[in-house]
Amino acid sequence: MASLLDVENINTFYGRSQVLFGMSLCINPGEVVTLMGRNGMGKTTTIRSIMGLTPAATGHIRFRDADIRGLPAYRVAKIGVGLVPEGRQIFPNLSVRENLIATAANRRHAEQPWTYERVIELFPRLAERASNMGNQLSGGEQQMLAIGRALMTNPHLLILDEATEGLAPLIRQEIWFCLERLKQAGQSILVVDKNVDALTRLADRHYVIEKGRVVWEGDSNALLAAPEIQRRYLGI
Amino acid sequence: MTPRFITRSLFFFMTLLLIEQFLNGLQIGLLLFLLAAGLTLVFGIMDLVNLAHGSLYMMGAFFAATLTEWTGSFLLGALLALPATALLGIVVEVIALRNLYTRDHLDHVLATFGLILFFNELARILFGVGGMAIPLPDSLLTHFEVLPGLPYPTYRFLIIVVGLLCAVFLYVLVQKTRLGMLIRAGATNREMVGALGIDIKLLFTLVFGLGAALAALAGLMAAPITTVQIGMGDNILILALVVIVIGGIGSIRGAFIAAVMIGLVDTMGRAFLPNMLGTVLSPADAGTVAEALSSMLIYILMSGVLVLRPAGLFPAPGR
Repeated sequence: MASLLDVENINTFYGRSQVLFGMSLCINPGEVVTLMGRNGMGKTTTIRSIMGLTPAATGHIRFRDADIRGLPAYRVAKIGVGLVPEGRQIFPNLSVRENLIATAANRRHAEQPWTYERVIELFPRLAERASNMGNQLSGGEQQMLAIGRALMTNPHLLILDEATEGLAPLIRQEIWFCLERLKQAGQSILVVDKNVDALTRLADRHYVIEKGRVVWEGDSNALLAAPEIQRRYLGI
Repeated sequence: MTPRFITRSLFFFMTLLLIEQFLNGLQIGLLLFLLAAGLTLVFGIMDLVNLAHGSLYMMGAFFAATLTEWTGSFLLGALLALPATALLGIVVEVIALRNLYTRDHLDHVLATFGLILFFNELARILFGVGGMAIPLPDSLLTHFEVLPGLPYPTYRFLIIVVGLLCAVFLYVLVQKTRLGMLIRAGATNREMVGALGIDIKLLFTLVFGLGAALAALAGLMAAPITTVQIGMGDNILILALVVIVIGGIGSIRGAFIAAVMIGLVDTMGRAFLPNMLGTVLSPADAGTVAEALSSMLIYILMSGVLVLRPAGLFPAPGR
């Protein structure tokens, strides 16, 4: 089976300082894959490289067999990558409803596209806040909105950078439950988070990265059976 | 004549004068708004300082004057000048300004100041040094009574109506359409707008073209009252910059309110300050002081607003 996303040996720099050193990962259609590692190890940079926000200098990035390294972010998004960025980055001066519909699209002609109504059904909490401005929401509501906003571009691959960081435990549960539902519906997901318990329940495979390269990869059982990996690279 | 009759007549004439000056101020304010609207969108979304916006105002007026001559109709000339200037703006954006977005504000100022010199020279070559007049059709040279006893030039009133219609159009565009949502989103986080699949460069080119058309509309509407001449956009650009600073950069609503405020304060100041100061100063002194004070008035207003609200009346959140 051809993979959905194939990142091969990329090197990425911020100015003159190198952050990614031969980073590689792949995601198959319908898979949920995680990216774990301590802060500053290159998780966000990996995602920014995939999106074209901080382009990789060398290496290959293929998405559905198209070479996407070097494409501007809007082209990457257009061919089907939906981003839920770190810090959520809701548009503060747009209402909840506007945040969802402003960039909505169904470029891959999904038979059951994500619509405003379906997002509201997934996150009923957003219905009550529909006319509130983005900057009036709680962190959890903002995260739901960011997920809904990405889903409304009907992406082949959903990428979440720090899915539950800074959220209250109950809200975290709600986010994990929502991701579980998306997985069951066949959505491919790349997720960055620190919560090993939740991630091993949700995801198929995991990549642990350190200093800009993959130091361990395997499925959930393998990760649970490797406490030394968790201790050494995740600080658990 | 009883004293009471005299007082009442005086009050009546003062009211008419006030209304007339109010309309004049509103008219200048709305012209300023048309110019400032494009400027504030460009500054807000792309963080680009475009001093050459006044050149588009001038080119729009020259286009309208030339096209009016060719077609023999002011309306036709005006309607053709709008897309022509929009196109000119798009060409300037694609050729020159696009390369400036990643540079800092000083580079913007230097490069767009260069564009002002370029356009002034271009206008001299194309249209001559003498400037041009736009003759109004007879139907617009009339006066009509806004209120009984208050005749007002039809053409100036038309400027007010067109300006208000444009304000409504821009309000609906920015607040109610998806294009407007993207414009507002782009003003706070353009990277994220791009990461969600929108070609922000294309969006910006469209906005720039729209801004150019609005500047042209302001220029060609002002032209029949003044004349079309080289450098006509330079002074009004400074006023437009004052407007967007007061209104809050990136905010159409702010630009509207600030532009009308500036128009009114400037006009009222020039009209009434000499008399008001005449009550406390000698006529000669009052004249000198009033002249100096009225040209300072809008800057005093700007300082006052900035002391109370450093980011302007309606700052875009997240900037």
